[in-house]
Amino acid sequence: MIKKIIEIVEKIDTSQVFSELSDAQSGGICVFVGTVREFTQGEQVVSLEFETYEKMALKEMDKIATTAVTKWNLNKVIIRHAIGLKNVAEPVVIVGASSGHRDACFEACRFLIDTLKETVPIWKKERFENKSVWVSAHP
Amino acid sequence: MEILLFGIAKDIVGQAQLRFSATEETPTSVGALKTMIGEKYPEFTKLSSLAIAVNSEYAEDDVSLNRNDEIAIIPPVSGG
Repeated sequence: MIKKIIEIVEKIDTSQVFSELSDAQSGGICVFVGTVREFTQGEQVVSLEFETYEKMALKEMDKIATTAVTKWNLNKVIIRHAIGLKNVAEPVVIVGASSGHRDACFEACRFLIDTLKETVPIWKKERFENKSVWVSAHP
Repeated sequence: MEILLFGIAKDIVGQAQLRFSATEETPTSVGALKTMIGEKYPEFTKLSSLAIAVNSEYAEDDVSLNRNDEIAIIPPVSGG
């Protein structure tokens, strides 16, 4: 049975993910956790604020997970993103996959996060000491 | 017709939704909507990209718009 977990949450608990992806048919689990970095191009970030068009974001996340399951024959997959205000070093996104052999889950994991960044309607505002900026809004 | 706004689109317009009253002329396609908002709010033309979602799916410029559709402006996304 393939299990997909697709969620938008207030806070990410990274300690859950092993049990969520653990699977008798899998020989490996690969997980990527995105976190808040303190410096962007030399400027100190105070916090990040995420917002989403939730209905559409969940649909897009589900499409990414479904594509990955088919392409890499995954047993379990997770895409979970946090919204709201996040402080330096906090987790903001977690993606992961379990599969029979490790190559599949490594490749799938990279695809999950790279595609999420391209297509999922979630927006991040970087708050600095004296200004705040919507990331990637302008060329 | 109501158009949902997110991220920088909300800041550009100054509110979370763009409303067209029943008597106002509404855009009939995704392309027409993009042109209209670019003329009304030139800041939209300075963005890295601008997408429109119709009923929570990305929509190409030739997709037509109906008053009952859920329409959203999708400025450059930056999740992760």
